Amino acid sequence: MSIQASHSFYPLPGGIHPSENKAQSLQGPIRQAELPARLIIPLTQPGFAQAHVQVQPGDKVYKGQLLASGNPVTGLNAHASTSGTVVEITEHAVPNMSGLPELCAVIASDGQDEWQKLPPLDPAETDVDTLITRIHDCGISGLGGAGFPSHTKLRGALSKVHTLVINAAECEPFITADHALMREHADEIIKGIWLLLQITGAGKCLIGIEDNKPDARDAMLKAIEDAFDDRLSLVEVPTKYPSGAEKQLIWLLTGTEVPSGKITIQSGIMCQNVGTARAIARAVLHGEALVSRITTFTGAALEHPCNMEVLIGTPVAELLAQCDLDESRLSRVISGGPLMGFHLPHADLPIVKITNCIIATTESELPTPAPQQACIRCGFCTDVCPVNLLPQQLFWFSRSKELEKAEQHNIMDCIECGACAYVCPSHIPLVQYYRATKAELREAKEKELKAEYSKKRFDFHQQRMEEQKRQDEQRRAERAALAKKRKQEAAAGGEQAGGEQAGGEQKEAKDAIKAALERVNAKKAARAAKASQQEQNDTEPGS
Amino acid sequence: MEILTPVFTLLILAVVFGALLGYAAKAFRVEGNPIVDEINALLPQTQCGQCGHPGCRPYAESIAAGGPINKCPPGGESTIAALANLLDVEPEPLDAEHGVEDVRKVAYIREDECIGCTKCIQACPVDAILGSAKHMHTVITSECTGCDLCVEPCPVDCIDMIPEKNPLQNWHWQRPDPRLQNVQLIVTDQMRKAS
Ligand code: SF4
Ligand code: SF4
Ligand code: SF4
Repeated sequence: MSIQASHSFYPLPGGIHPSENKAQSLQGPIRQAELPARLIIPLTQPGFAQAHVQVQPGDKVYKGQLLASGNPVTGLNAHASTSGTVVEITEHAVPNMSGLPELCAVIASDGQDEWQKLPPLDPAETDVDTLITRIHDCGISGLGGAGFPSHTKLRGALSKVHTLVINAAECEPFITADHALMREHADEIIKGIWLLLQITGAGKCLIGIEDNKPDARDAMLKAIEDAFDDRLSLVEVPTKYPSGAEKQLIWLLTGTEVPSGKITIQSGIMCQNVGTARAIARAVLHGEALVSRITTFTGAALEHPCNMEVLIGTPVAELLAQCDLDESRLSRVISGGPLMGFHLPHADLPIVKITNCIIATTESELPTPAPQQACIRCGFCTDVCPVNLLPQQLFWFSRSKELEKAEQHNIMDCIECGACAYVCPSHIPLVQYYRATKAELREAKEKELKAEYSKKRFDFHQQRMEEQKRQDEQRRAERAALAKKRKQEAAAGGEQAGGEQAGGEQKEAKDAIKAALERVNAKKAARAAKASQQEQNDTEPGS
Repeated sequence: MEILTPVFTLLILAVVFGALLGYAAKAFRVEGNPIVDEINALLPQTQCGQCGHPGCRPYAESIAAGGPINKCPPGGESTIAALANLLDVEPEPLDAEHGVEDVRKVAYIREDECIGCTKCIQACPVDAILGSAKHMHTVITSECTGCDLCVEPCPVDCIDMIPEKNPLQNWHWQRPDPRLQNVQLIVTDQMRKAS
């Protein structure tokens, strides 16, 4: 019996069919990139929180040694990708959308590439907590796109998940990293999936793959067959962008619509990328930290487009040179795919954990955009939106900064896939408007919460001050009243031989003194009596 | 005589509704001025006094009385827009006389220089400073509104106002500006021309 891919799926609304451009980089097997002389390893933490750097310039490090850690719950460990010396810890440009520098460790490679691995774990005899801790220790984050720390996601999913969805769709044009990985390392992916099932306790696993990669599908089917695990099934979905987006893929495979504003785990489903599954397998079974990944190098400016296994921190320029970059034709370098990726200002930037693709393109391949024109209300954007939003409305609200209305039209559910911008005949950079608006909405929410909280604190402070003032006043009034009373009493006391109370008190005190004196006198008398008696005794025998 | 029927009907109606309204005015009486509360809810509650009023609520009262809506620098453009929306007036640019919009800051006490005078505690409108006489003080960052009021009273000048977030945390996408030549359009906008 051979296992078959299932073709039953729930069709996705909207979507586009851009030219795939995938064949270029799939001609050969995955290449091993050359060992770079200098690596720039980002120590960035999720949310750009502060990293706890564990090494100092001058330290000798091994491949896989911890460079920096973060918050124990959401932090992401960074490791040295090869053995060598830490040259400096400094801010360095990295591929990010802002173009702002991030904290990086610069390592001079010693050419030995000497590993320092953790001991391998036997998953059958290891408890879930240890497995997740291992994934944390190895610094594994989602390799599909967002780069969310895997251990955080897994801890949040414990015993809440019934279905594991493995994302092998890779729907964006040009990118073939997962495709190549499945062709060559399907067995490791399946091992990783097995571990994920073990950890989450999910009852079944659906692997979603687009029907434009038959060789990858066959490799995966073979690995599933070899694994003898009937929890696994592979579902082939039609090629359409963006079927590889998390919520879209879940809909395609399970027919579950994850509600707006909820994460998939709240619907009992966890989504993981094939690359992440493999990294988890290597971390648990081989004790290897995440120090390398498979990245697609493609684009018309490259003589030899390919997929390469590259060390995290390798400068992009070196890797492009290894693919024979033709500088004269290069128009720009893009990190990620052509729909969701972003420009790199120059190529002296390192590969980071989420760099799945580098496109060195030419002007004829991806031309400079035409200037934006007015919206002609054609409605094309609405037809292609996979989330069933109204991109045209969202554009109007974004442009006029009507945040509230944009929110009411669910702008927060926009997955920034860019399908709308792709079809817009007026070349409106729609996604950029949405991104700006979403960021502003998030900020406004934050501000509102802070203001509400501050108001509470301020009101409490006011109350406290008033209460204090009231108490002070009361005390003052009491004291004043007492003083007044005493004065009156003193005045009256001239005639009435001492006030009742005050006089009484004084008398009491006097009595006490008198009593004490009497006691003392009595004691003295007693002692004196004793002494005289003794004297008498002393003198008697002599007399 | 027929004319009297409608006259009496209307008279009775007038009396009934008058009584109803009179009752409603008593029974559903709202304490305070509700518009002031609504305005106050839109202000950032920094309590910094940069608007020239001793706190956010007094400023809200002045707005309710018809005062200008563009005097709050911490709230900035978005607060002005929200106020304009609420009051149905045209938004105006921020009045620079009262300060300019800046990233949110929090107070930071250089603790080894603190002499424990408690002066900053007394200045803080939201009780965000912790400490006691002759002991080191510190700011509870999550409570601090960044109002700046504790900086002035400190006799040894050991309080700094530092940005709440680092530049990376503060960065976000801006709307494309069609007038600028080198807008950084996202790649999507190139891709569609390719096919
Ligand atoms: S970018 Fe947003 S609005 Fe545009 S098609 Fe994608 S999900 Fe819809
Ligand atoms: S596709 Fe472009 S022009 Fe057409 S309605 Fe949408 S935003 Fe307007
Ligand atoms: S700590 Fe200083 S800046 Fe922060 S709220 Fe208190 S007084 Fe204002």
